[in-house]
Amino acid sequence: MVDNGKWISRISHIVLMSFSIACLFPFVLLIISSLSSEQSIINNGYSFFPEQFSLKAYAYLWDHWGELGRAYGITIFITVFGTAASLAITSMLAYPMSRSDIPLKNFWAFLVFFTMLFNGGLVPTYLIYTQLLEIKNTIWALIIPGLLMNGFHVLLVRTFFMTSIPPALIEAAQIDGAGEIKAFYKIVLPLSLPIMATIGLFEAIMYWNDWFNGMTYVTDPKLFSIQNILNRIITDIQFLSNNSNLSSAASEAIAEMPTTSVRMAIAVVGVLPILIAYPFFQKYFIKGITIGAVK
Amino acid sequence: MTQNINRWKRFAPLFLLMLPGLIYLIINNYLPMFGMIIAFKDINFAKGILGSDWIGFKNFEYLFKTTDAYIITRNTLLYNGAFIIINTIGALVIAILLNEIRKKVFQRFYQSVVILPHLISMVIVSYLVFAMLSSESGLINKSILPLLGLDEVSWYSSKEYWPYILTIVNIWKGIGFLSVVYLASIVGIDTEYYEAATLDGASKWQQIRTITIPLIMPVITIMTLLAIGRIFYSDFGLFYQVPMDSGVLSETTNVIDTYVYRALMNLGDIGMSSAAGVYQSLVGFVLVILSNYAVRKFNRENALF
Repeated sequence: MVDNGKWISRISHIVLMSFSIACLFPFVLLIISSLSSEQSIINNGYSFFPEQFSLKAYAYLWDHWGELGRAYGITIFITVFGTAASLAITSMLAYPMSRSDIPLKNFWAFLVFFTMLFNGGLVPTYLIYTQLLEIKNTIWALIIPGLLMNGFHVLLVRTFFMTSIPPALIEAAQIDGAGEIKAFYKIVLPLSLPIMATIGLFEAIMYWNDWFNGMTYVTDPKLFSIQNILNRIITDIQFLSNNSNLSSAASEAIAEMPTTSVRMAIAVVGVLPILIAYPFFQKYFIKGITIGAVK
Repeated sequence: MTQNINRWKRFAPLFLLMLPGLIYLIINNYLPMFGMIIAFKDINFAKGILGSDWIGFKNFEYLFKTTDAYIITRNTLLYNGAFIIINTIGALVIAILLNEIRKKVFQRFYQSVVILPHLISMVIVSYLVFAMLSSESGLINKSILPLLGLDEVSWYSSKEYWPYILTIVNIWKGIGFLSVVYLASIVGIDTEYYEAATLDGASKWQQIRTITIPLIMPVITIMTLLAIGRIFYSDFGLFYQVPMDSGVLSETTNVIDTYVYRALMNLGDIGMSSAAGVYQSLVGFVLVILSNYAVRKFNRENALF
């Protein structure tokens, strides 16, 4: 039987190693392509073994740091601000719902839960955000629609409050003269760090990766996040050059822009921060997936 | 009466806390639900949404007269059906194999790597696919096909390949996530079962077949039923970004979500897009209710409601 176990373990390593390679190699191809010279891509296509390496694509992007830096700024702003706002309103809604003495307890739970089963769809949502709230081409368009609060997260946080915060603690605080709101942020929130961290991580990833809101509600390139720039460039490689305010001398240089490698370099610029940060948060990410799945 | 008022007064601070969240639910979720009435109207912005004329089911009649309605429904169901079957089996295999890895370091390494694609935005994925499939410079056309002695393929204009391409991309992106879910429930199985089986001389394969799979069957059933409940909704990014919004490919890549998006954003056809959206919302809702009913019959505790 010992042999049998070894055999299974060997097969496991082979299959998992192959699948891991399949997961990683597109990223490796992307990075190598971004470092290939234009001529070698024209001759041999994107390849793991380019004839010649070159940093021209990155030099080009460096010249356009104005647009890219701004897009990065916007991505960082919506990620930080959006995540903070989302955590605030999610926990503020979830806490009263978790209290056994709140009036209309079941009604609130249903109100949140029903949004997970049914939605009005894109068209009415789009019309409400553009016609009623006139959110188009504002920074709010990247933060509010769809992303700001998620019914599933509200219910997860509510369950955490119900199971992990002893009601006696809240009562004790109230006997000491703390009001409801004070008890919430002085006692309940500090005890909820684990669930806040998990949900915050997922919210942050959602904001960082979001291209849908920008594509739908934003036409002004000044408000593009890094994802929107990427989304635009894959079909319109001239996008950066058209939107830059470089001098004419510099725009002449653009004529010899290394198109094919720039495409890959900009994707690297978009994905690298996540790849670098991933090892540090992967533990929490995997834990979060299991919390969400077993609810 | 006064008691009642006092009770509400006592809870006023709590209601105040709930207010921002409730306002958001109204704007983001409940107003759009009522906004579904626009599918039954001839929208005229001069008259406003509420003032526009009612036209009954006209928009739906137009929609279902087109072949698009059939194509997008077929594509949505076939793709999601295939994804559910392939991803479930694939994720189970990965999870069982991950569980067989005894060294924690390796297990953690594999797990982190297979989940990585789940972390990347669809826009990035479309770049990764482009590096493979681009006609002039893609890895497949320039390196792999010549190696096999095959002719180049113009991927972004050949619709027959896309069902396979999208399925592969979906597996690549989604399987790690599902396998983490299954692994969590496999790890939860009491080790005594395996110890007893080993003493009885059961092989690894027999243990997997008679212990692991039966014991995580409830989780598999629930995950699958929940996925069936969402079979009318597609991963918009997969169908919009990865084929690079290419019109030539629409017969095999257009799903309900992309149809609604294009009808609204590119054509400005509010009637058609809202009718398709209502069609999706209503059928989707019925399917969620039905699949939850099935979960309930199967195992009350795991039902959503």
